[in-house]
Amino acid sequence: MNSTRCAACKHLRRRCPSTCIFSPYFPPNNPPRFQYVHKIYGASNVGKILKDLPENYRAEAANSLYYEAYCRIKDPVYGCVGIITILHQQIHNVQCQLAGIQAEIAALSTQSQNEDNQNQQTEIAPTLIEQNGVPNYTSFYDISTWFD
Amino acid sequence: MQQKQQGASSSSTSYNSPCAACKFLRRKCMPGCIFAPYFPPEEPQKFANVHKIFGASNVTKLLSDLLPHQREDAVNSLAYEAEARVRDPVYGCVGAISFLQRQVDRLQKELDAANADLIRFVYSDQMAPPVVPLQPSTPHAVVPRQVRNIIGSESGGGYYNNNNNNNNNNNNNNNNQTPIPFPYSLPWNYQNYNNNPRGGSGGI
Repeated sequence: MNSTRCAACKHLRRRCPSTCIFSPYFPPNNPPRFQYVHKIYGASNVGKILKDLPENYRAEAANSLYYEAYCRIKDPVYGCVGIITILHQQIHNVQCQLAGIQAEIAALSTQSQNEDNQNQQTEIAPTLIEQNGVPNYTSFYDISTWFD
Repeated sequence: MQQKQQGASSSSTSYNSPCAACKFLRRKCMPGCIFAPYFPPEEPQKFANVHKIFGASNVTKLLSDLLPHQREDAVNSLAYEAEARVRDPVYGCVGAISFLQRQVDRLQKELDAANADLIRFVYSDQMAPPVVPLQPSTPHAVVPRQVRNIIGSESGGGYYNNNNNNNNNNNNNNNNQTPIPFPYSLPWNYQNYNNNPRGGSGGI
């Protein structure tokens, strides 16, 4: 039997055997940790959940049970499902923002390319005129050269 | 005779069959059964999961402490948590939270990179800044801090209500203290989560 009882056995007012399933995960210096878990799940359900797991997973399970119990006590209606909802909303918001910025970049890129194309065309036309003296529309409007 | 027998074997509300909870608990489903509106007989697994994880008496206490219009959402969230815990006995819902947090972090980084690209693009072309202002990245950053703010709030309640969310966030901007230290540090036990073959179910 442990000389100091774990928080669970103190709360349940019973002896704390050396094989107590709760003692590694509910130390006596943190009574609320077990109180919350006990209030939401009940001691026997928590004990069953922990016993059904291999020993190396029990600490994480106890932590997650405590987290969920705490969320449920703070928000009795939604518990940690409320947090999941908020996260889904945030993901949606960030995705919308990202799509908007990517669309903005695409639009600016297209506009920039169009301006570059227009600049190139105005440069060619004076050159043709200057070289030939008279406007040489043939090469400019010869569509066969467009696809070279 | 058959009709009379059927009436006798069903609930005392003779037109309704027993709810899933009373069927599971093998008891008479009385009028005013607290479970009946939320655990229809067509969904036996819903109550089975809730009973396995929380227990009938704990669920009764939880529902009794709530107003009637809150109970349906409470039952649905309990059923969600119970199913998550049945599927992932180590992490339960917390596994889904961890998965979603990482998604938010990843998307936030993409958003920051896209913002930087836009700035570089605009000013490298020496064009006028876009009319649409750049979206600041900070309001949605660091989800866990917001999560802690929400959890640390004394008001609690009603996360589906965006107004409440905004109020809570505004009220909690200066209150980052949680009354009880959380077992998880950030980033969320990432190595253990990824190495856990059982707990890697991620989002539900």
